[in-house]
Amino acid sequence: MPINYYIFLAIALFCIGVVGVLTRRNAIIIFMCVELMLNAVNLLLVAFSKMHHAVPGAAANAGTDGQLFVFFIMVVAAAEVSVGLAIIVMMYRNIHSVDVNFLNRLKH
Amino acid sequence: MALFGAMMVITSKNPVYSVLWLILTFFAISGHYILLNAQFLAVVNIIVYAGAIMVLFLFVIMLMNLNQTIEPKKNRWLKFAGAISGGCLLLVLVAALRNTEIKSQTAMVNTGDIGLIKNLGKELFSTYVVPFEISSILFLSAMVGAVVIGKKDS
Repeated sequence: MPINYYIFLAIALFCIGVVGVLTRRNAIIIFMCVELMLNAVNLLLVAFSKMHHAVPGAAANAGTDGQLFVFFIMVVAAAEVSVGLAIIVMMYRNIHSVDVNFLNRLKH
Repeated sequence: MALFGAMMVITSKNPVYSVLWLILTFFAISGHYILLNAQFLAVVNIIVYAGAIMVLFLFVIMLMNLNQTIEPKKNRWLKFAGAISGGCLLLVLVAALRNTEIKSQTAMVNTGDIGLIKNLGKELFSTYVVPFEISSILFLSAMVGAVVIGKKDS
């Protein structure tokens, strides 16, 4: 399958994530859009790793690095989500809303 | 299917539906991983994202009782500007990458064994041991941080 298709799919997913971050105000949905962007990048990394593996003359384990990077990205995303959701819960407890417009000041 | 799911994520009003659409998107992306013969990543994607992270999202949404949409009336111009700028980003990226010479390359589908657990594990525990351990420490600190932040009125 040509690498083009994967590139355009990843671009479209990433842009949908960007639009979601810019337009929605719910903090949880913004978080989900960030996850969407991370997944677009992951998909592109895997596609490129397979492409690199297909190059004639490449080493036998060429492309393994890309998939391991995807693995590490998933690890970091999981840690980020746990901390971020804890922050959202604390914020909801304080101001009883998840609207990011109320958060334009760090102190109040 | 992934694109449709992603569109529905940002358009559905109810956060719970949004989470469900996001799960559909993740399953579609996992299907792409399987097609690219990266089976380990496909399984990890389903377990970590569709399993753990989405359950966490659902718990938080239901904990805060956000089922009915309580989003206030929003500035329509702001929404419009966000959509326009995102569309411009899409347009610029597509136009820039449409005629690259990478077009002739192909990604191997359904062949190759670099995505299997055996090869990935060998590489992970020989070359990438130090990042692996550091990520475990990161997980520990994230766990402690989440507990400390989520504690009631410390």
